Amino acid sequence: MIETRGLRKSFRSRAGRETKTVEAVRGVDLTVAEGEIFGFLGPNGAGKTTTLRMLATLIEPDDGEAIIAGADLRKAPGEVRRRIGYVAQGGSTWDESTAREELVLQARLYGIGKTEAHQRAVRALDAFQLAEFADRKCKTYSGGQRRRVEIALGIIHEPKIVFLDEPTTGLDPQSRAHMWDEIRRLRTEGMTVFITTHYLDEADALCDRIAIMDHGQLVAEGTPADLKREISGEVVQVGLDAADTPQAAKALDGEAYVRKLETGDDGGLRLYVDEGATAIPQILRRLDHAGLALSSIELHRPSLDDVFLTKTGRSLRES
Amino acid sequence: MKLARDTWLIFQRQFQLLVRNPVWVFVGVFQPVMYLLLFAPLLKPALNAPTQAEAYKIFVPGLLVLLAIFGGLFQGFGLIAELRAGVIERSRVTPVSRLALLLGRSLRDVVSLIVQAIIITLLALAFDLRVVLGDLLLAYLMLALIALMTSAVSYGVALKVKSEDALAPLMNTVAQPVLLLSGILLPLSFAPGWLQGVADWNPFSWAVDGTRALFAGDLGNDRVWQGLTIIAVLAVLGVYWAARQFARSVR
Repeated sequence: MIETRGLRKSFRSRAGRETKTVEAVRGVDLTVAEGEIFGFLGPNGAGKTTTLRMLATLIEPDDGEAIIAGADLRKAPGEVRRRIGYVAQGGSTWDESTAREELVLQARLYGIGKTEAHQRAVRALDAFQLAEFADRKCKTYSGGQRRRVEIALGIIHEPKIVFLDEPTTGLDPQSRAHMWDEIRRLRTEGMTVFITTHYLDEADALCDRIAIMDHGQLVAEGTPADLKREISGEVVQVGLDAADTPQAAKALDGEAYVRKLETGDDGGLRLYVDEGATAIPQILRRLDHAGLALSSIELHRPSLDDVFLTKTGRSLRES
Repeated sequence: MKLARDTWLIFQRQFQLLVRNPVWVFVGVFQPVMYLLLFAPLLKPALNAPTQAEAYKIFVPGLLVLLAIFGGLFQGFGLIAELRAGVIERSRVTPVSRLALLLGRSLRDVVSLIVQAIIITLLALAFDLRVVLGDLLLAYLMLALIALMTSAVSYGVALKVKSEDALAPLMNTVAQPVLLLSGILLPLSFAPGWLQGVADWNPFSWAVDGTRALFAGDLGNDRVWQGLTIIAVLAVLGVYWAARQFARSVR
């Protein structure tokens, strides 16, 4: 459904007298299959939105190519526009218009006739449970209602793919769960959904496949389960007094059962081990032997955050 | 065909939003009426006009051109609000014609200007202004072209600068010399030679002269067709440039 090769984009930014070139996207190769929810994950500033805006024809790539729903992004952007929907991160509704007016206008901008546009607006209002306030001005809506209007606007022309840029950012937990249901419904209706997010739980719960982006490049791609399996084994998190950390790291590094060792920003250690149950006693013994006291020890299965951490060396929550 | 349809869609929407907020009619008419009531009475003695009606013949066309210039130049502010709300980006992901995104908005501005112009003309009639209908319609065409140009340029600049803080001083800086060098408030026939020479390079000065000639019933005056031609060419250029800004990436 989406196939990109070597997508690149850099921006020139001016700070005082100096102009700096920022390479926002540095060669992205992506494949998104039909009918899947594809999650694009990464910290703020990783280049997610820039990539999305390129795929949605809003900015022109400097280099690379993409075929989207069978249309060539560089050669036929008009054709791409007809086949995709795009819902921006910052909203897209006008305070003084009503949801119905916005939906009808949007449908008509896609070339749909007047009667049909009105019918589609009614269907969309029902599907997104907006009928009740369809004729009230958008400025009276709650955040979740408004987001639903925006998604309805993005798919009013029944596109093959819809791009959602951080669809749940800023929503309360209940609206967020509601939004996940809406997004799954889009897939049920046969749409391919491409979302960006910086919530790991969202990517984990919602997406069939994900790609992790950092510094303008993809660092991992696969199903959440596969990516987690890649960091096989378990994670032991050891809490220590920050002053003891270097000594503890030295003591544990090189032990046969420790596959990988990382120092967290909070002074604790993360140890990637094959089996926690056998590793923990050995860790305790080793630290005791070195005369180090620990404040906590936890065992957990790898999360997407661990995937992110191993791929980029940083925690997504921190960046 | 698609262009006409798309332009109509954008125009309809913009016009609907305008009508929903009728304060603009009051604001748009209040200021010119103040000029008519509080400034124009000074003109009869100042211009040495034989009657008040003669003074209005000189002043009203200038006032209308002033409205067209300023009304247009400050339309960009509304667009910046739309940019911020994401409405422009939402339009730009659809296959809608980029020229229509501009034209629909600018034509709304033209229509609202003509409504203002009609109200002011009617008021001036009450002050004994008399003008031939055909000439008046040509004068309105001039005003429409001016508003089309200035509003298009304002939209184009708004898309470039993307911030009210930059747009306001920019537009004021452009508007002030344009205003002073066009003989809007007082005819430039009072001006010393060098000032007239400079004003000849201001297209709006030609537009003002042409509009005055039309209000004076002097249809054959060269300034009429010259003014119309100059403004029409500039309007086409302005629209072309601004439509390109809509086609380019925003943000």
